[in-house]
Amino acid sequence: MGPSGSGKTTLLNLIGCLDKPTGGSLEVAGVDVSRLSRHEAAAFRGENIGFVFQSFNLIPVLTAFENIEYPLVMVQERPAGERRTRILELLDAVGMADQKNKLPEQLSGGQKQRVAIARALVTRPKLVLADEPTANLDHETAYTIIKLMRKIKDELNTAFIFSTHDTRIIGEVEVVCTLEDGRLAGCEETHG
Amino acid sequence: MGNLFKIALRNLRRYKRRSALTVSLIGVGVTFVLVFVSVSGSFKELMISDITDSYLGDMQIHRRGYVAAIESLPLNLNLTSQEASRVAAVLQSTPEVSAFSERIKFGALFSNFAETTNIRVNGVYPEKEFGVCPQMVSRIVQGEKSLAALQRGKILVPELLARGFNTKVGDTVVVVATNKDGSVNGKTLLVSGILASVTGPGGRDAYIHLEDAMEILRMPAKEVSEIAVGVKALGQVERAAESIRAQLGPQAETQQKPGFEVHTWSQLSPFANIARMIDVMTFFIKLMLIAIVLISILNVMIMAVYERVREIGTIAAIGTLPRRILSLFLVEGFCLGSVGAVFGVLVGLGVIFVLNLWKISFAFGQAQSLTLSPTIAPAEVVTACVMVIVISVLASVQPAYKASRMEPIDALRHV
Repeated sequence: MGPSGSGKTTLLNLIGCLDKPTGGSLEVAGVDVSRLSRHEAAAFRGENIGFVFQSFNLIPVLTAFENIEYPLVMVQERPAGERRTRILELLDAVGMADQKNKLPEQLSGGQKQRVAIARALVTRPKLVLADEPTANLDHETAYTIIKLMRKIKDELNTAFIFSTHDTRIIGEVEVVCTLEDGRLAGCEETHG
Repeated sequence: MGNLFKIALRNLRRYKRRSALTVSLIGVGVTFVLVFVSVSGSFKELMISDITDSYLGDMQIHRRGYVAAIESLPLNLNLTSQEASRVAAVLQSTPEVSAFSERIKFGALFSNFAETTNIRVNGVYPEKEFGVCPQMVSRIVQGEKSLAALQRGKILVPELLARGFNTKVGDTVVVVATNKDGSVNGKTLLVSGILASVTGPGGRDAYIHLEDAMEILRMPAKEVSEIAVGVKALGQVERAAESIRAQLGPQAETQQKPGFEVHTWSQLSPFANIARMIDVMTFFIKLMLIAIVLISILNVMIMAVYERVREIGTIAAIGTLPRRILSLFLVEGFCLGSVGAVFGVLVGLGVIFVLNLWKISFAFGQAQSLTLSPTIAPAEVVTACVMVIVISVLASVQPAYKASRMEPIDALRHV
């Protein structure tokens, strides 16, 4: 958590190998990601990290099913049978099994974010990074999405790190870290 | 790879109007090239066969130096009977050769007893001449359309001369010529037919039997000015000429062996320049097609990359390797080019089919109502398609490279 400009997005970008630290080193999942080349960083992201974006960033020409399938085709190049099994499981987990053939434009904001979460999880990453995943959602939907992330975290044993301004959803997380002016002000375990 | 094509096609369908416009533009370009190539090719073939099958033959063999002096039809550069026999033996052993005809060519005076003019005369064996120049028969516009038209004592008179002298089939005329020793001789001949003129030099010559020519020129033994050769297919002319040149030996003239020269129709007829001009025009039409494809695809792909920056950022962020992003955009260019090429080929073949049904006729030189029958070789169709597809992919390289080099963090911030 932290106010605007405190460095939440920058931290997530660094952990997600989208950006490089100007000094020091950064280890993610046992790998010093600050030394990775462009190509190695892409491969690392594809294997270890899932992303959930504030504005969902689904590919508009692909259905919900195909959006979730995309990383398995373009990144991990998994066989069709395995892809299908994984996607159907995740669609079920995020409650979108009946919407799988819809294009993003036919889905609500909450549904899009569910698809985005499924897409982030389909490669079985060690870590899912979500930059303000609830910012474009109403409170009720935001709460549902956070609960869903929590549920999946427990079921699939995948760590979620997300940034938010929304203090109302803090109750659903395990650890809250606060950033102030680019520095870690402190971390606190909650009752979630 | 199949999935890459699926995604690429989806992306193209996203901008339906733009993709359709690009495909149409490429299609029109391909159609234009195919129709132009087929029509110009048909025109060329028609003209070439009009010339080669009417009077020239596909190639000619002379004593060395004869062609350079052909305007004066020099009798002292004729091949002797033995030399002609040697050439005949070579021609008979060349598989590409379908027929050959020995000719004595000479300049003469033509008189209908009231008026006299200059004329070029070919002395030929009719069966051999008609074998090399099968359209000779159809050139006979009046009189007997058969070998009998060139029996001994008969002459085929060119149309323009017949018109000027008011000469008709059945008239008697006199042909007077000077032989190589300087003595003058003449022979009365019966006009057996009027011969339509054809484009090019030699298209307005008169024809008589070879033995009548020998008699007029007082030749004690057969001499031959040129040997006209027909080959089985026009495409074999160069190969046949090379083979004959090789078999006839060195070009240098020696005491024992005269130098022969073998000329193909393209070296003898001025129409070869027109044919070359048509080839140059076809080349430029193809260049225009390349420009159309290059500009269209480049424009569409640059727009596609520009409009999908955030999307590129997303797919890069989730771990898509730069080379996969590059491939995705190259495949989009490939698909646009391929669909455009297929569309163009279908429309082009349709237009060619309609042109064949339409039967376009035209006049060229003295030849009237020539009918175009455009055809296109499969190799031309394949070349056009491959050219379009390769250019499409090449045109996509720069935008695709740009997309693959985007930093995901910058691309994701793009508004």
